[in-house]
Amino acid sequence: MIQATINQKPVTVPEGTSILQAARQVQVKIPTLCHHPDLPPTAACGICIVRIEGTKKMLRACCTPIENGMKIITHDPEIVEVRRTVLELILSNHPNDCLKCGRNQSCELQNLAADFGIREELFTKFIGGIPKDDSTNAFVIEPDKCIHCGRCIEICQEIQGVWALSFLGRGFNSRFAPAAGQKVGDSPCVVCGQCASHCPTGAIFEKDDTLKVWQELQNPDTFCVVQIAPVVRVAIGEAFGMPPGTNATGKLYTVLRRLGFNAVFDTSFAADVTINEEATEFVERFVNGKGPLPLITSCCPSWVIYLEKQVPDMVDYFSSCKSPQQISGLLTKTYYAEKMGIDPSKIVVVSIMPCTSKKTELTRTEEMFASGYQDVDYSLTTRELARMIKQTGKDFVNLPDSEPDHMLGDYTGAGVIFGTTGGVMEAALRSAYSFITGEKLGALEFEDIRGLKGVKELSVEIAGRRVNVAVAHGLGNVMSVLNRVREARAKGEPSPYDFIEVMACPGGCAGGGGQPYGVTDDIRAKRAQGLYQDDRDKQFRLSHENPYVQKLYAEFLGEPLSHKAHELLHTHYVKRMPG
Amino acid sequence: MEAVSLERAESIVAKWKNKKGNLIMILHDVQDAFGYIPEHVARRISRLLDIPLARIYEVLTFYHYFKLNQPGKYKIAVCMGTACYLKGSPEILEELKTILHVEEGATTSDGLFYIECVRCLGCCGLAPVMAVNGTIYGNLKKGDVVDIISRYSKEG
Repeated sequence: MIQATINQKPVTVPEGTSILQAARQVQVKIPTLCHHPDLPPTAACGICIVRIEGTKKMLRACCTPIENGMKIITHDPEIVEVRRTVLELILSNHPNDCLKCGRNQSCELQNLAADFGIREELFTKFIGGIPKDDSTNAFVIEPDKCIHCGRCIEICQEIQGVWALSFLGRGFNSRFAPAAGQKVGDSPCVVCGQCASHCPTGAIFEKDDTLKVWQELQNPDTFCVVQIAPVVRVAIGEAFGMPPGTNATGKLYTVLRRLGFNAVFDTSFAADVTINEEATEFVERFVNGKGPLPLITSCCPSWVIYLEKQVPDMVDYFSSCKSPQQISGLLTKTYYAEKMGIDPSKIVVVSIMPCTSKKTELTRTEEMFASGYQDVDYSLTTRELARMIKQTGKDFVNLPDSEPDHMLGDYTGAGVIFGTTGGVMEAALRSAYSFITGEKLGALEFEDIRGLKGVKELSVEIAGRRVNVAVAHGLGNVMSVLNRVREARAKGEPSPYDFIEVMACPGGCAGGGGQPYGVTDDIRAKRAQGLYQDDRDKQFRLSHENPYVQKLYAEFLGEPLSHKAHELLHTHYVKRMPG
Repeated sequence: MEAVSLERAESIVAKWKNKKGNLIMILHDVQDAFGYIPEHVARRISRLLDIPLARIYEVLTFYHYFKLNQPGKYKIAVCMGTACYLKGSPEILEELKTILHVEEGATTSDGLFYIECVRCLGCCGLAPVMAVNGTIYGNLKKGDVVDIISRYSKEG
């Protein structure tokens, strides 16, 4: 243990603790800008400087481990003045667009400028004038708003292993952009949006589709339907001051109706449908040998893009089942429209997703138009919905609860845990076990594949055979799993895994790129806990036990993997050449 | 043409394949071979070494030495060292840019001339100085530039 003092108060911390972390012991918050708890310190900004008592020397608290006997001063007039100057220098290269910037009131730079009372611009303004990059449907990059903190690069390269963004040039001319002058849409980018959710400013910001949705809601000729993704319910409350993980399902249904949606569905219902298809697909492959193992989940569109671009030799392992977003939209414009006698051409489906990538999934292949129309018309992130709610002055926290519209709205516990890493696998195993054995699992909870460990493994026995599964989240963790499959394949051995779940974002959808800002592992875990609690509270906790799903199959689809189900609920993937 | 350059790039990669820190050495050899780093060669290197293209461009853009565009047939180096600067090399540079309609660090559209600024050509006594493919022109006056350029344009 290290013993030192911070502002004359003794601290005792484990070796390797940074001054920044140690300061929390004495209730001091050293201001930071480039630092993010998910990422190794880049020490780019210099806001967090502190002083060794009695010396002129200033150190960066984020990247300096505290040492025995160190006497740290975190705040004195000179330190505050230096911080202010650093801030003024950063602001001299930052546009004064705050009022019309997407990050207005959620910008870390703006917050610091407010805290430090910056009232004047002492340095000559220089803005690079680098054009915006809006080459994806998911987010827009505005390099002029970049403060060169390096977070997006760290998350893209080190955590996600995607390497779409790079730090090009040096010194004053450095910039973050894809290599070789590409637009981000042509780069290896998988539009996971982690760069956007980690950016301290508005330099990377989701494409805002709220205006288009408002127009649809005001159009008397349309029938607007909304679906909410599992994990949105336990995260959106954060935008209204509720603790992370608070389950706001009932309030969401209410607020969406009050925003003007004609029907409110739950994507968790479609997740139950996905599991019926995918678990059946697994049983077909595992028991009946119809198709290669491992089966790999495909509900995460960023993961689909990644595999298609980076690991094309594994595309055949993908589950052909569409994602819950797409299934919900498709069923709305077919099954629901038919039952309710609504002209599907008049239906507008809006999805609320924790995700930026879902915006690009809407038009991924021609199969996303299986209803004869675009199955889902707009996809909004959790953050966009929070803004819409605020625009209408709805007092979200105090809204009464209500029910979803039943045909495509009621979900099981298995459907709702889709929103966290390990959840899809757990839901699929629950149903697959029943499909294979005809019995119901004794214990439904698979603790081994819960939690935030990068790669989780589990071996369960089903009908005398071992099923080996792996769950990975954060794309940077994926290749170790896939390489084990490749090695076995090269040696002609059976795959070490029968079933693999991947979600692109750290924590799965709980940490999705479209979720409220400021995510940390602690918040990811709380959101996941909110979902697991919802699961425990549900009467039905297996997807195939969902009475509305059973009705859907009886009335419309036949059975899982039926001809009709294949036509409507399944898709294909492309082996794309890496760039 | 692309096939030839890729073959050449592959043999360069093969030469350095198992050496530690080989990326910079490979990029040096590629630039020596082609005069710059063509994008399709960078992509091939990325695949052969399993190094992300993003990392390769981080290296390429960090070091001024590496060129991303094909240099002109005639490389004009204008000296901006102290002596040349004081003796009027900025005027020489402006004149070149006016005559050739091209900025510093770029190549004319006909691919003939490339202008770059350098710090010292080692002959300050002749200031101001510029070099065309290594041939030194000293004691320059603004009016000399057009004659020198036209000599090279005629040769094509």
